[in-house]
Amino acid sequence: MSLSDAELNAIYLTLLLASVTTAILLLVGTPLAWWLSRRRGSVAALVEASVALPLILPPTVLGFYLLLMFAPDTPLGRAWESLTGAPLAFSFSALVIGSVIYSLPFVVQPLQTAFSRVPAGTLQAAATLGATPRDQFFSIVLPMSSRSFTTAASLGFAHTVGEFGVVLMIGGNIPGETQVLSIALYDFVESLQFAEAHRLSAMLIVFSLALLFFLYRREDASAWRVSA
Amino acid sequence: MSAIELNIDCSGAQNFSLRVDCKLPAQGVTAIYGPSGSGKTTLLDCIAGLRAPGADSLIRIGNQVLSDQNVQLAPWRREVGYVFSKARLFSHLSVQGNLRYALQRRRTRGNFTIDDVSRWLQLDTLMERSPDSLSAGQQQRVAIARALLSAPQILLLDEPFTNLDGVARKQCIQLLQQLSSELDIPMLFVSHDIEEVSELADYLLLLEEGRVRSQGPLIELCSRLDSGLAQEERAAAILCAGISRHDEEYGLSELDVEGETITVAALQRPVGSAQRLRIPARDVSICRQRPTDSSILNILPVTVQEMSAIGPSSLTLRLALGTQYLLARITRKSAANLDLQVGDTVYAQIKSVALVSAPADGNAPVENL
Repeated sequence: MSLSDAELNAIYLTLLLASVTTAILLLVGTPLAWWLSRRRGSVAALVEASVALPLILPPTVLGFYLLLMFAPDTPLGRAWESLTGAPLAFSFSALVIGSVIYSLPFVVQPLQTAFSRVPAGTLQAAATLGATPRDQFFSIVLPMSSRSFTTAASLGFAHTVGEFGVVLMIGGNIPGETQVLSIALYDFVESLQFAEAHRLSAMLIVFSLALLFFLYRREDASAWRVSA
Repeated sequence: MSAIELNIDCSGAQNFSLRVDCKLPAQGVTAIYGPSGSGKTTLLDCIAGLRAPGADSLIRIGNQVLSDQNVQLAPWRREVGYVFSKARLFSHLSVQGNLRYALQRRRTRGNFTIDDVSRWLQLDTLMERSPDSLSAGQQQRVAIARALLSAPQILLLDEPFTNLDGVARKQCIQLLQQLSSELDIPMLFVSHDIEEVSELADYLLLLEEGRVRSQGPLIELCSRLDSGLAQEERAAAILCAGISRHDEEYGLSELDVEGETITVAALQRPVGSAQRLRIPARDVSICRQRPTDSSILNILPVTVQEMSAIGPSSLTLRLALGTQYLLARITRKSAANLDLQVGDTVYAQIKSVALVSAPADGNAPVENL
């Protein structure tokens, strides 16, 4: 069984998209989760609700609005084109932006849960020993929630691999640029190439099952079971 | 003498406010004593910078201002060691990791090393252990060691023995007694247990509903009828005594207090050593004549100096023994039967004596001597 170039391309693109998205999600999601874990009130609730929105919205809703925003005649589209020289719509970058928003809750929620479990008293103790808030975060909070980072990164990665609706709306279907696995699969089914469709589907199932098995086997799986 | 100056006006939840304006000695152990809800922990939190002490507040230790109208140092910039009632160790680090955490962050060059504190607090065998695997007493010893390693100007202890069982509590108290006599670090120690306080403290600040009820040297305050301490059920006087003789035949030791003798169970310390005694007011009774056929050994001639009613049926007496004082709790009816008046010379029968501040001997009450 050998994979065609198109399939290999789709797999490569999917892994690249998921990796880039996960990296960005960890950078953006960590401070956001920390902020949410230490704040109460309407502003925090609104931010939390917005982060959680992709969990319940049909992905096509998100994709539709992102598509409108990325169009070349919008401020965002124009700014992007003048900065990079290429249009944003139907580009790999557009996929990354869409995926970051779409997978945000899968990274933020496990981290937020882990951060809010770090007792305030422990941080007070660190403060009286001379640790600044920044120092407290890196020396206490991060190591105490290290396992949740694995969870968050795995979920963000897996969810990006599995996304379809957003990608379909904003990515178009350009091989080598925006044609990820789920879209390639859709193409095969549309053109009645069931053998290829089977192959890709089976690969996705095995990959997803292996990842989830790995996560559930760990002791602290309950930390994210609710949010996922 | 340098002092700790506290002027705090801090409002909390549910109408609670802490208003304290006092000076405390910047040496030895000062106990902050009072019922729960009297603001003791709030006071420590203000000193540590974990809670804002109010706009016009002043917190000064010696000549170092921690907080006033212009400056409020952040907790991590104050040289304040804090031992919480739950040890609050870092569970992701070993015992040694916890100690190193403090060492790496201290601002001044302290004199102590990890080896020093681990010797003082008997942590040598625990260094590689995880904090979660330690007993409450061991955890608290690590917390004290960790706080000392941050080279604090002052050590705050918030009910440090609350979660400890009897043996661990006793050991912890003894270790703190040794530390306070060997290190030049003032300690502020919060407690609602007067026995703990009389073992450890030199000075006492009494809080009640967020206000200072009274303050002064422990021994003086314990015997003052207006301090608030003498009204308590467990009121007791503290006497300073010296060991004068060991009675090997009966397994007893004799102590000299103001020329009178108090007999206790044998002490393993040399003649001439100083010894503090704690005598509960309700274990002291009064006789007009010296009883000759009593089983009680400790009968001292005293002068009634002051009487104060406690509830409808009881009185607390302040009894002078030379320059020191005893307390006695008797019924109003007994006082009337004996026709007791201030200035009378009577005999105090002492049913029990507890030894305090004697690290080698402990403080087991010695009954019926």
